Amino acid sequence: MDWGQILSNTAAYLISPETIAYALAALGLALHFGYTGLLNFGQAGFMAIGAYGYAISILSFGAPWWVGILVGIVGSVIFAFILGIPTLRLRADYLAIVTIAAAEIVRLLFTTQAFDEYTNSADGLGNYHAGFRAANPIPEGTYGFGPWVYNETQWWVRIFGILLVVVAALIVWALMRSPWGRVIKGIREDEDAVRALGKNVFAYKMQSLVIGGVFGALGGVVLALPSAVVPSVYVTSLTFFLYTILLLGGAATVFGPIVGSVIFWVIMAFLSNALPQMVNAGLLPFMTTTQSQVLRFILVGVALMLIVIFRPQGIFGNKKELTFVK
Amino acid sequence: MSSNVLPTGRPVKTTGLHSGEIAPGVAKVDPIIVADNITRTFGGLHAVDVAHLEIPRGAITALIGPNGAGKTTLFNLLTGFDKPNTGTWTFDGKSISGMSAFKVARLGQIRTFQLTKALGLLTVLDNMKLGAKGQRGEGLFSSLFPALWRKQDQELEARAQELLVKFKLDAKSADYAASLSGGQRKLLEMARALMSDPTLVMLDEPMAGVNPALTQSLLDHILDLKKEGMTVLFVEHDMAMVSHIADWVIVMAEGKIVAEGPPEIVMKNPAVIDAYLGAHLDVDLGVVTGRVNEKGEQL
Amino acid sequence: MQIALRARKRRSRFMVLVFAALCAAFALSLVPLSAATADEVGTDEYDFIFSGNVKNDGVPLEDVLISVSGNGYEAEVETDAEGKWRIGVPEKDTYEITLDESTLPDGVIVAEGSATTEVEFGLTSNKSVNFFLGEGVRVTVSFWDQLADRAVNGLNFGLMLALAAIGASLVFGTTGLSNFAHAEFVTFGAIAAMVFSTYLSMPILIAIPLAVILSGALGFVLDLGLFRPLRRRGIGIVQLMIVSIGLSLALRYTFQYFIGGGTYQLPGAGAAEINLFGAVSLTVTDMVSMVVSVVVLLAVAYWLQRTRVGKATRAISDNASLAAASGIDVDRVIRIVWILAAALAGLSGILWAYFRPGIKWDMGAGILLLIFAAITLGGLGTAFGALVGSLVVGMIVEVSTLWIPSDLKYVGALIVLILVLLVRPQGILGRRERIG
Repeated sequence: MDWGQILSNTAAYLISPETIAYALAALGLALHFGYTGLLNFGQAGFMAIGAYGYAISILSFGAPWWVGILVGIVGSVIFAFILGIPTLRLRADYLAIVTIAAAEIVRLLFTTQAFDEYTNSADGLGNYHAGFRAANPIPEGTYGFGPWVYNETQWWVRIFGILLVVVAALIVWALMRSPWGRVIKGIREDEDAVRALGKNVFAYKMQSLVIGGVFGALGGVVLALPSAVVPSVYVTSLTFFLYTILLLGGAATVFGPIVGSVIFWVIMAFLSNALPQMVNAGLLPFMTTTQSQVLRFILVGVALMLIVIFRPQGIFGNKKELTFVK
Repeated sequence: MSSNVLPTGRPVKTTGLHSGEIAPGVAKVDPIIVADNITRTFGGLHAVDVAHLEIPRGAITALIGPNGAGKTTLFNLLTGFDKPNTGTWTFDGKSISGMSAFKVARLGQIRTFQLTKALGLLTVLDNMKLGAKGQRGEGLFSSLFPALWRKQDQELEARAQELLVKFKLDAKSADYAASLSGGQRKLLEMARALMSDPTLVMLDEPMAGVNPALTQSLLDHILDLKKEGMTVLFVEHDMAMVSHIADWVIVMAEGKIVAEGPPEIVMKNPAVIDAYLGAHLDVDLGVVTGRVNEKGEQL
Repeated sequence: MQIALRARKRRSRFMVLVFAALCAAFALSLVPLSAATADEVGTDEYDFIFSGNVKNDGVPLEDVLISVSGNGYEAEVETDAEGKWRIGVPEKDTYEITLDESTLPDGVIVAEGSATTEVEFGLTSNKSVNFFLGEGVRVTVSFWDQLADRAVNGLNFGLMLALAAIGASLVFGTTGLSNFAHAEFVTFGAIAAMVFSTYLSMPILIAIPLAVILSGALGFVLDLGLFRPLRRRGIGIVQLMIVSIGLSLALRYTFQYFIGGGTYQLPGAGAAEINLFGAVSLTVTDMVSMVVSVVVLLAVAYWLQRTRVGKATRAISDNASLAAASGIDVDRVIRIVWILAAALAGLSGILWAYFRPGIKWDMGAGILLLIFAAITLGGLGTAFGALVGSLVVGMIVEVSTLWIPSDLKYVGALIVLILVLLVRPQGILGRRERIG
């Protein structure tokens, strides 16, 4: 057992692109689910649109990297409208069904051979990094200490991602202390009451869906920045992992999604490093190394159940402010 | 329109609201709502079928009738919470048929709900502030810049505190609304409605589920609404309360308006008594609560 | 018959499963050995690998010749029993890859002009190459014959979907829960049947009923150990839904833990098709499966309409508190509904394992959305609606492949779901909810 190695690999996930991307997407979900009470089960679809919007506009249309990000954002706004216009007037569980179905449609459209020219179907897209890397202000070299030693490209991805998280968190914080946030939280509690007070509930829900969706798309972009865009990432399980993160940290909090993502990834990284070594060291005789990797996801499911049952407000949530609508 | 001040502890009743023979659908001297041919069916069942209805301005009108008479459905239709199969209606001379609920509310027609809708996980103060109209900070972009809305928000807070004092909820202003009792939630809902300076307040069973200790205070607040120049329309089962405070009573049954008129006249309508009401309906609520005796003298 | 023989041979190579009935009735413990590996050429010498999986309509094709040429390198390989092949090449560059059509079974061809393709590597050193196969006779089949063939397939698929959907719909009706773990009941049934038949060597006619019973037991255990206590706590609907999502993840990965990522077949899968009329041909298992579905669905309908518990179930769906007030033991009925729902889903999973064909750890999750689509289309919470919705979804999925690529066939059903919610949110048969 090489504990130094395990801990170093684990610590790297404090600021890994995955951690940052999931934190962004979970912040979007916090706005949807935690604050507005919208049961969006299609956050993976928003992420896929962000990632593919970025990659396709660079690869197929030669756009600059920042235009690629804008395309991802615009795509997610359009997606939010397509989802929201028909369903935001309907019962809450219909939004859940429609969003989960729409996210699957998005994934299947990116996977199918029919649009292979643009999406490269199941193999996904890569090699769109030149523009983003050229915009890197950090001089060439390796920086950092301890487990966090990266070259200039790796730092650039992380710093850019962390900046996005900071901006997103500031926006959520500013929105939620404003009268706008008051209306949004009111809608979560009882939309008819808010409607009776003269607020355009539909417009508020749509604004929330759009903003949270844009955060999801930015999460997709950050996930795409270091490596590749592969459609099999954007499955419904991704959305469910985001819900685990959100509920872990606290659904109606600003820091909850961020801290939740860090905890989630650190634990996942720890297990993925420690379990195989424990298997190899003979500590887990009933298990193969492959099985030990699967075990992590079983634990995610169990953790999700336990959190929802025993601590629905999450780590940072106010105990009184249970965010579940009965 | 004349008002007739009684020399007793009874509330001041507004009279002379109608013009012409008293009958269902009678014209009012100064109507605030005029509705025509409103029908709403649920799978073949006529929940509401109202040929003509006028609600008098500046008075307290009660909407009564047995369960399933269509009172709440009519409420929902008039406030835009449900869509009728047919019908047109105006509020303050302006057609609002088919208008969405939030727009109706913005015009000054504010309602409450039978099952109280206090927003449980907002503080009492936030509940109140939410009631105010025309808030700059409620726009998505302006909300990001507190400079644009802070001053207005502080003014609203002062006004909210004033109302909370009046409704005796000021001690609770920082608590979550979920921690209030049923009656306090009714009070909060009414106070919240007042934050928007409504012209017409529509209360759906304001007394349902309220602790008797709070009943009197709620009644006084409803009477205050009229004093402050607002029109009140309320749905109620409690006939004693109706005859105590209402200036005008509209009786519904099976979706139709079967009788209307001042309470003392409607209550004596034998058809109404037989079919829907039951005995002892002419007893004033003041007697029940021990505030006045049977002759209407203050105790 | 040839294919059936092959299937039997394959099974012997498959895996040695170690089954231990652990403490809980549903805890399976299967340790997979390596699933059959693809026939490979040059994968040891070279780092860059092309691979593929030759299948026609989901049935793997063995001994199909694939050749690679380019950059002065040439290699060829035959597909293995699972239709898989792998070829290593020396450089990360463009190669020409050819599928030898003459080695395909009779009646199967490569989609026009695509037998040879130019392929280059993407980001990674692996690249999968797929050929689009179809029935060679298809070109000559009239549109109406194709439609008939697809429609019969759609009916078959719709019926097995209905088995799963009715249970989910009953659970929704009685408890208000959209149970995401329902998909795992489907997978569980199929895996249980595989354990009994393949590993414990029971005849399939005994293995299947046992698997269905074990599925029902899973429903019973979950209600007793998880959902009933949560109901007692008065936990909210959304909270309950997320608990079911957690359960779904936990169960799904537990399946993967024990059976790994491979695909397994039940005995008798992949039998030869018998031509019925026109272009419509079905295997014997298809026909048996349809008959079983219809009989079971009729039995469920009888149960709901005529028996005491069935009537009580409908009463609870209508108005739970009224039902409780009129003396119905709500907890007992809900327990029975859970058992029934899980058993029906398990049966559906077994039939689906024949239809796809194959058993995989996440097979249920693949149709979960179709199940939801079916019960939403039919009107949430009504059993008959779920049946109609399932048939509609099954038809859409199969018939839409006449116009859209088959890898998008679920998209059609999901789009219809969204459109129906737009136009008629109460579903096909549901009643508009009364407001106020």
